[in-house]
Amino acid sequence: MKWESARKNVGRPRAGTIQWLGLHYAVLIVLSGFCLAPVIIMLQTSFKVETQIFSDPPVWFFVPTIQNYIEVLQADRFGRYLTNSLIVGLVSTLLTLGFGGMAAYAMVRFRFMGKGVVSLTTLLLRMIPPAVLAVPVFVIWSDWGLLNQRNGLILVYVAMNLPFTIWILYGFIAQIPVTLEEAAVIDGCNAFQVYLRVVLPLIRPGLAAAAIFTFRIAWNEFILALVLTNRFTRTLPVATSLFLTDHGIQWGKIMAMGTLIALPPLIFTFVAAKQIITGLTAGAVKG
Amino acid sequence: MNLKTRLNQLTPYFFIAPAVLIMGTACFYPVLHSMRLSFFDWSLGTPWLSREFLGLDNYVRIFTDPSVYTSLQVTLMFAGAVVAAELILGMALAFLVERGLRGLAVFRTIFILPMMIAPVVVGLIWRYLYDTRFGLINYFLRQIGLEPQLWLASPDLALPGIIIADIWQWTPFIFIIILAGLQSLPASTMDAARVDGCRQWQIIWYIKLPLLLPVITVALLLRLIDAFRVLEVIFIMTFGGPGLTTEVLSLHIYKTAFLSQRLGMASAIANFLLIIILTLSVILLFIANPAKAARSAR
Repeated sequence: MKWESARKNVGRPRAGTIQWLGLHYAVLIVLSGFCLAPVIIMLQTSFKVETQIFSDPPVWFFVPTIQNYIEVLQADRFGRYLTNSLIVGLVSTLLTLGFGGMAAYAMVRFRFMGKGVVSLTTLLLRMIPPAVLAVPVFVIWSDWGLLNQRNGLILVYVAMNLPFTIWILYGFIAQIPVTLEEAAVIDGCNAFQVYLRVVLPLIRPGLAAAAIFTFRIAWNEFILALVLTNRFTRTLPVATSLFLTDHGIQWGKIMAMGTLIALPPLIFTFVAAKQIITGLTAGAVKG
Repeated sequence: MNLKTRLNQLTPYFFIAPAVLIMGTACFYPVLHSMRLSFFDWSLGTPWLSREFLGLDNYVRIFTDPSVYTSLQVTLMFAGAVVAAELILGMALAFLVERGLRGLAVFRTIFILPMMIAPVVVGLIWRYLYDTRFGLINYFLRQIGLEPQLWLASPDLALPGIIIADIWQWTPFIFIIILAGLQSLPASTMDAARVDGCRQWQIIWYIKLPLLLPVITVALLLRLIDAFRVLEVIFIMTFGGPGLTTEVLSLHIYKTAFLSQRLGMASAIANFLLIIILTLSVILLFIANPAKAARSAR
C-alpha cells in the first residue's frame, strides 16, 4: 500500500540517470543473490546423496534424489513431530488472534481503570528474551503438571505473541470510523456483537498480518520448545537439532528436515509479502 | 445504577481479561518467580525445600564470575558488531535504491526470506557453509587462492562467523524499515530543496537523514534488543564454543540452568539481561511513540 503510493511521489528519473538505474538494478540483483544463495544451497544439499555432499570440489550438477526426504519422512517419530508442530502452531495462532483482537478492541474503544498499565506492560512483555522465560516457566510448569505437554508450550507461545498481535491490531482498529460501530449499536447490537460483526470483518488485513507472524514464531521457535517438551511432544526444530552430533553429521537428512521446516514460512513470504512488511515496519514508520 | 449499566461498565474487562490472564500466567508471573529464584541456591531435580537462601550473592557473582563476565563481553561484541554493520549496510542500500524502481516488490520479497526462516535452520545452513572440510566458504577461499580457515572451530573466527550469519539474516530488516521511512517522506520537501539548488548529497545529509532520525533510532533499538536476545542460531552453530568465545548471555543462562542445574544463578543472570533489555525497550517506547508512552506512564 505504502509502497505504491510512495512510488508515485518519486519523480520520474531525469535524463542521464539511465546508467544510475542500471546500477540500482545491479545492486538489487547482487543482494538478492546473497539472500538466496544459502537457502538454495540448503535445498540443493537436501537432494544430494552422501558422496556428492562430501565430494571436493563440490558437485554443482547432479541427478537430484529424494532419498533424504523419504528417509526423514519415514523416520520413527517424524510424523508425530510434524503433528506437534502443526497443532502448536495453529492452536496458538488461533488463540492469540482471538484474545489479542478482543484486548486491542478494548484498548482502542473503551476507557477503563488500569488501561495505561496494561498497555505499557504489554509492550514491555514483548521484549522478554525466551532464554529468560525458559528457566522460571520450566520450574512453574513442572509444578503445575504442564511440563512436556503441548498445552504448556501453546500457553507460552500465546502469551509471547499477544503483545505483538495487540500492537498490530490496535493500529487497524483505531482506523475504523467509530460511526460504523455506533450505527450497529443503534441497530441493537451489544458490545460483543459489534466486535464480531463490525470490527472483526474490517480488520481482516491486520488479522492476516498478525496470523502470519504468530504462526511463524510458534513454528520456528526452538529454545522454549527444547526446554518444555519431551520426546513425545517436541516440535520439528527441536527434533532437527538433536540430529546434530559432533561427528558424522548426516547433512543430507538434516538439510531435508531444514527445508521442510523452512517451507511454510517461505510460502507465506511469497503469498503475503505485503502483510509481512506491514508487520515488520509496524511501529517503526508512521502512516 | 441499574444492572445493565453496571454490566456495561464491565464490558472492557471482559474483552481484556483473557489476554491479561494469559500474559500474566505465562510471562509476568514467571518473571516474578525468576526474581524469587535468583535469591536462592537451588539445583534442578532437588526438592524445593532443599534450597538455600543466598540473598544477593547470585547477583554479586555475576560481576565476579569470569564466565558471566566473558559472556557479557561476547554479547556486547556481537551486538555492537551486528547492529553497526547492519545499520550502515542497510541504510546505504536503502538510499541507493530509494528512487522509484519497477519490480522493487519482487526484490523486497526476496530480501525478507532470510528473516522468515527458523533460526535453527539458519544455524544449520551456516554451520554447513563454514564446515572446514567440505564447506563452500573454504572452497571459495581456496578458489581465490586464500588459506582455508577453521571458522567455527577457531577461537578467533567463530564469533565473526556468527556475526556474518546474523548480518546476512537481518540487514534486510534495516533496509526495509529505512526504505519505508524514505518513501513516506514528503516529496514536496525534496522538490523544494532541488529547486533551491541543493545537490543530491546535501538533500541526503541535511534533509533526509534528519527527517529519518526517529525511524533510524527505532530500527537501531529494535535490532539492539534482538541482538541482546540472540541464542538459537548460536546454539546450533557453535553451542558457545570453542571455549567460551561465542557464549552469549542467553546461552550462558541456558547452560547454567539446564546443564549445570544452578537455577538460582541462572535466574540472576536472566534478570540482569532482562534489565538491560527493558531499559532499551523503555527508551524505544518513548522514541517510537512519545505521546502514548507519556500517557501510559502517568
